Amino acid sequence: MSSSSRANILSRIHAALGDIPRNTDVDAEYQSIERTYQSSGSLEPHDRLHLFIERLKEYGAAVHRSAPDEIAPLIAQLLVARESKSIVIPKDLPGEWLPPGFEFLPDHELTFRQLESCDGVITGCAVAISDTGTIVLDAGSAQGRRALTLLPDYHLCVVFENQVHQTVPEAMRALATSISRPLTIISGPSATADIEMTRVQGVHGPRFMEVILVQS
Amino acid sequence: MNARVGLAAGSPDFPTAAKAALGDAQLRRNVRLATDVIRARRTLLVAEKPDWQELRTAANRIKEHTLNHLDEYLLQFEEACVRAGGKVHWAADADEANQIITGIIQSHGETEVIKVKTMTSDETQLNTALTAARITPYETDLADLIVQLGNDHPSHIVVPALHKNRAQIREIFLEKMHLDGLGHEPGDLAEAARKYLREKFLRVSIGISGANFAIAESGSVCVVESEGNARMCLTLPKVLISLIGIEKVIPRFQDLEVFLQILARSATGERMSPYSSIWTGVSADDGPQEFHVVLLDNGRTTVLADDVARQTLHCIRCGACLNACPVYRQTGGHAYGSIYSGPIGAILTPQLQSMEHSQTLPFASSLCGACYEVCPVRIKIPDVLVHLRAKVVEQGDSPLTEKIAMKAAAFALAGPARFEAAQSVVRLVQKPFVTDAVVSNLPGMLSGWSVARDLMPVPAQSFREWWKERK
Amino acid sequence: MERFVDIFEDAEIICSPSSSCVAMLREHYQHLASESRRAALADKVKQLLPRVFEFTELLVDKLGVTETGAFYPHKVTYHPSCHSLRTLCLGDKPIRLLKNVKDLKYVELPEAEQCCGFGGTFSIKNADVSAAMLADKMKTIAATGADVCAACDNSCLMHIYGGLHRKKQPIRVAHLAEILASEHS
Repeated sequence: MSSSSRANILSRIHAALGDIPRNTDVDAEYQSIERTYQSSGSLEPHDRLHLFIERLKEYGAAVHRSAPDEIAPLIAQLLVARESKSIVIPKDLPGEWLPPGFEFLPDHELTFRQLESCDGVITGCAVAISDTGTIVLDAGSAQGRRALTLLPDYHLCVVFENQVHQTVPEAMRALATSISRPLTIISGPSATADIEMTRVQGVHGPRFMEVILVQS
Repeated sequence: MNARVGLAAGSPDFPTAAKAALGDAQLRRNVRLATDVIRARRTLLVAEKPDWQELRTAANRIKEHTLNHLDEYLLQFEEACVRAGGKVHWAADADEANQIITGIIQSHGETEVIKVKTMTSDETQLNTALTAARITPYETDLADLIVQLGNDHPSHIVVPALHKNRAQIREIFLEKMHLDGLGHEPGDLAEAARKYLREKFLRVSIGISGANFAIAESGSVCVVESEGNARMCLTLPKVLISLIGIEKVIPRFQDLEVFLQILARSATGERMSPYSSIWTGVSADDGPQEFHVVLLDNGRTTVLADDVARQTLHCIRCGACLNACPVYRQTGGHAYGSIYSGPIGAILTPQLQSMEHSQTLPFASSLCGACYEVCPVRIKIPDVLVHLRAKVVEQGDSPLTEKIAMKAAAFALAGPARFEAAQSVVRLVQKPFVTDAVVSNLPGMLSGWSVARDLMPVPAQSFREWWKERK
Repeated sequence: MERFVDIFEDAEIICSPSSSCVAMLREHYQHLASESRRAALADKVKQLLPRVFEFTELLVDKLGVTETGAFYPHKVTYHPSCHSLRTLCLGDKPIRLLKNVKDLKYVELPEAEQCCGFGGTFSIKNADVSAAMLADKMKTIAATGADVCAACDNSCLMHIYGGLHRKKQPIRVAHLAEILASEHS
């Protein structure tokens, strides 16, 4: 019975920790944990962005830089190059990002099959990390639900320069208000090395990733 | 509580299983390649991180602190998860966990589930229980798929199918996926898996996962992966069940800044794994609308009760110790008879079973310390190994010949007179065993030495005798 | 342990040509003493430990000696025992000492950090795995083309010698101290 097991497990834990002083201030003890690891980066913004781009390229994501008013024409260029026809977008993707002449499907409760049959998806992001070449989605503004960036084969992500942090701790701090949101932390396209340790990209999840890095 | 670690209780002892593994040249080649590759990658990425040692220390302290207040943090997790719309169950042992999960699936009238890699479910033998209840579990991790289709067992914590090469995998896929043809490159094999599983991701309505971390302050769960199959199982089904060992809990979201930096570097030699997913309870219009957590004890409270060995529970299942271990390198994982193999397996497996089984595992080590060197959460594995050896001996479970030999040694080494007397005795009795100035055929329990080594005999004049003469 | 403390209590310096022995002292003596719950014994151990030196530690760290005037005209490779590498962290002390020996040709051992497979009772209880680890170690030693394999631990040397001799390999083994004491013949 789960409820009696609950009591049972908790009392076993209590008994197991007989050598540990109880009735201590757990919070204070937690705060006293020494953290001498790097908590902030020291790179200048220019170098920080350069590192971010380098990391993305290392795992095969294409990166393009853009001024804020050039997003739509750049997207048009990229979609033409990919011969993409139908692209799914979050309902709240900024209209000014979207070039004319393409079929953009806002995600009004599209089915999984519909998402699957699209050529790709465009989203923004929550934060990004240079050190690890990471993009974080928090299902927030301009990102949509998780299935959106999971089923289509191509993900075009718009990242603003001021969203890019150098280190993991800085980025996690920036996510403090998103703790309870569904978070997807992307550091490269899906891959496996389960077959003779040979890295194969793109098992599930989008096999192609493209990033537009926008000046802010 | 009836703790179980898969089939470990019935597995052959390590020396026997190791001998069989040593005879498998293909296995040894595959193991060596895999561990060499990951170890090299890990070394590079650790070298580039100037605060690596500081991260290890912080990770160790966070885990230690959490374990010292485990009940409080578990309760905090439960409360936050329930508040966010999740349901939390507590399973004392493997059978109970399986029952709970089976019950949830049956309550929905479903007969299929898609699974993300979770070693905890191998521990409880969930798949066996599901199959007995006529529910079909589909493994979706490529390596677990290979193992499942091949009716095999995992042999490494992170790369479970490393004992198979591409030709062997191709055979399995051709047969079990009913394919007419299949290329030979790893890319072809991955593509076959992609197609085979895609159909299931879109159709099956219940997903089962484990967890890398469970965050107490928010009731969130974190799963780290490379392939994207976890994202599929965590996002697409209507119902999600996560089986989580109680030691997986960490206090706060902030702590991920440490663990996410050390996990991938240690496990796969990457700065960060391709995907980490974090979710809390149920989110409207996004992902499963029913979420269950099954918190599992299954012997973890037994480990917790030992103040020296408690650190075993720091483990974040990165597998770095396996890749560093010179013993694992020779034998691979099956020789340990447990889904938890290598150095961590040698200390976790017997402890979960209250030291009643898998007693040869703490001895399956030369205590070289390479594991401790690479452990991202600083588990002093060699210390725990020695501690557990003492437990096995104290329980009276060492072989009789060994007990006698140890008693004799303790007697002989207790003082100089006895030691010198013992030397004289050996000098006499060794004569028939000495050929060409060496001993090549040690008798009795010492014969293991002579398998591959000669031994210099006790010399005509010992150092002590020479020293006395000098004075 | 008590005996050891008794005998060496008043020694100015305690030197051991064995990393595993020194590791035992540094890693386990204080724990053993505190388990005995005898404050006096624990205190003696505490006083003793700073005076314990492994052989190369004594030479290089304490005495500042890296040259012993030795003469050893052979090709020598060096196997770092696990205790010397990971517990005592001797670093390159043994190699610096070797390199300063007259006419000694030093050649680096590939995969030097791999355990030789001795591990005490492990070599008997898991003889097959131990032998497999030894086989790998002997392969790397042979690959260096060295005449002699040196180490700071006789346990490793006994194990490696045992294997080399069984395989009838002409490579000899020597403790570092033997090499550093070799004189012009």
